[in-house]
Amino acid sequence: MIRPDAELLLDISDLHASVEDQPILKGVNLQVRAGEVHAVMGRNGSGKSTLSKILAGHPSYRVTGGSVRYRGDDLFALEPEERARLGVFLGFQYPVEIPGVSNLEFLRVATNARRDTQGQEELDTFEFEDHVREKLKVVQMDPAFLERSVNQGFSGGEKKRNEILQMALLEPVISILDETDSGLDIDALRIVAGGVNQLSSPDTASILITHYQRLLDEITPDYVHVMAAGRILRTGGRELAVELEQIGYDWVDEQLATEGVA
Amino acid sequence: MTSTSTRDLVSQPYKYGFVTEIETDKIAKGLSEDVVRLISGKKDEPDFLLQFRLKAFRHWLTLEEPDWAALGYPPIDYQDIIYYAAPKQQDKKASLDEVDPKLLETFDKLGIPLSEQKRLSNVAVDAVFDSVSIATTYKEKLAEHGVVFCSFSEAVKEHPALIERYLGTVVASNDNYFAALNSAVFSDGSFVFIPKGVECPMELSTYFRINSGDTGQFERTLIVAEEGASVSYLEGCTAPMFDTNQLHAAVVELVALDDASIKYSTVQNWYAGDENGVGGIYNFVTKRGQCRGARSRISWTQVETGSAITWKYPSCVLQGADSVGEFYSVALTNNRQQADTGTKMVHVGPRTRSTIVSKGISAGHSSNSYRGLVQIGPGASGARNYSQCDSMLIGDQAGANTYPYIRSQQPDSAVEHEASTCRISEDQLFYLQSRGIGFEEAVSMMVSGFCRDVFNQLPMEFAAEADKLLALKLEGSVG
Repeated sequence: MIRPDAELLLDISDLHASVEDQPILKGVNLQVRAGEVHAVMGRNGSGKSTLSKILAGHPSYRVTGGSVRYRGDDLFALEPEERARLGVFLGFQYPVEIPGVSNLEFLRVATNARRDTQGQEELDTFEFEDHVREKLKVVQMDPAFLERSVNQGFSGGEKKRNEILQMALLEPVISILDETDSGLDIDALRIVAGGVNQLSSPDTASILITHYQRLLDEITPDYVHVMAAGRILRTGGRELAVELEQIGYDWVDEQLATEGVA
Repeated sequence: MTSTSTRDLVSQPYKYGFVTEIETDKIAKGLSEDVVRLISGKKDEPDFLLQFRLKAFRHWLTLEEPDWAALGYPPIDYQDIIYYAAPKQQDKKASLDEVDPKLLETFDKLGIPLSEQKRLSNVAVDAVFDSVSIATTYKEKLAEHGVVFCSFSEAVKEHPALIERYLGTVVASNDNYFAALNSAVFSDGSFVFIPKGVECPMELSTYFRINSGDTGQFERTLIVAEEGASVSYLEGCTAPMFDTNQLHAAVVELVALDDASIKYSTVQNWYAGDENGVGGIYNFVTKRGQCRGARSRISWTQVETGSAITWKYPSCVLQGADSVGEFYSVALTNNRQQADTGTKMVHVGPRTRSTIVSKGISAGHSSNSYRGLVQIGPGASGARNYSQCDSMLIGDQAGANTYPYIRSQQPDSAVEHEASTCRISEDQLFYLQSRGIGFEEAVSMMVSGFCRDVFNQLPMEFAAEADKLLALKLEGSVG
């Protein structure tokens, strides 16, 4: 839903970033307003995942230039946990396993950290159990997963559902979903996408990072961006995703080559 | 122990590093037969105890310091240590009101209030300062149940027959180098006696405080549970920060008769030295329990976080038929700390059972070894052991080793051993952080998840705080 007067949630300006001194992002510009759904597409190595890690604050990624403002404030002045508490959510492409830490306890601590920042009452163990059971329905997840260690022994699809469950609990302002569709069969994809759709609202926004059109069949984007060589090369509406499905990414090389000459 | 006091006990990186300025009665440095006689004389001991000490000392002279542990430290000069230091006060006071206020204040600061008004309501405490016990709380109340809980010196005076009967029967004075040294020069410690059929009505606890910079601490603890008796005992330890090393060589003996049960928990937080490995306690401890009676049970739970060097193997000799030995350990090393710790389960009687759960966490440049022996004797038909030894590495400079020894002379027995190693990764921490969980809490969650099986064994009030202690000890070591 595009409303030009909606709150500007995320303002990425000429962002440069490196991993191990290797420049990956080379001038990303992107504005995200409340209510919008953005899709960021592109080939492997184009910088899509790096963008998501930078926004969440992964310590291995270094910002080398530009700025990101989140609701007007400097995002990079915040620790990863502060960003999360203020409503920035990263859905991981590969959620890690954390042996020994109970999923239920993890979800409760995370939820309470966010609630506390929003001035809401913390939920005790019993209240949280009721709360989480409601949210499980969003992703049709078996309560048995609450009793296990975080992501341990979960299948790929279960891990992704657990990500969306966390999104449902944290009620983020902006969600960055990094290849949430990868490794999912069509049924799991529909469940995950259905969860994301249920959670969207006029006050929140999401950025879907994906290779493929098929996620965008389930979640309709307002904008589609094509990333290449660490920049956004082209921006369009939902029809751009359909076009990409047909023509692929070969034109990207030509355009980059042209620019290189120019 | 109330949660407030345990929070105090664990809530700072090392806030126990202060020194109490107090006049001390110290003897000259060095060790000789005269020193042994002097210590015994100062304590006005009966002849059997002097003979026990002398025999131990003479044997110690024939021994070499063991070097089989995975530990490296410069040679200890045993002549450069003071073997007896006591705060100057006449005798042991009948009432706490007469104890030097400075000492009471010291224990207050350590989170162990001793005075009538402030002391813990459900824990009796014996407070040991350098070489002597300065106070024991709730003695009268315990006496009503026939329970004896007092300093070792007091026990020698008031219950000499019990001491003579049990001292050195579990850890003989010639057992090993450090046990022999302790037997020769031990100064004080705690004595617990739970008579037949009595369930000790409160948690018992000894708090050991090293204060002097050039003094060794050699305490001796003896716990006897008669038929059907049971007791839960907790010890805590702290010391000031000195840039020299202090030697701590303790001996603990436990005796459980038929159907008796002893649960012994330790939270060891001696000064560990600084991040470069300067200073810290050398902790060489012999702890052993003997399940003498049928169906008796001895359970060791230890949370080892302090000391520059830890050499410690709380063990069980399972003599009585159907007796049970347990060892639950969390050993955390950081910076330049070195720990070589584990247990021995010696199965003598039929159908004896033992469980070993060891969790080693190594951070910084530290080294952490588990060393354990499971021995099944010819008479231990139907004996069973289960061992689980897990190591967690934090960072890439720390080392972890596991040395399990299994000796079985009984075909009708079962020994199971499992081991694992894991590492806290940056990606795991980032994952938790990206969900709003702060860095330290994230480390704490992972470490306490790793240690949960052991923390579940601690007295309840302490378990909640133990993970905080570990998280604090790990501050700055991750990432």
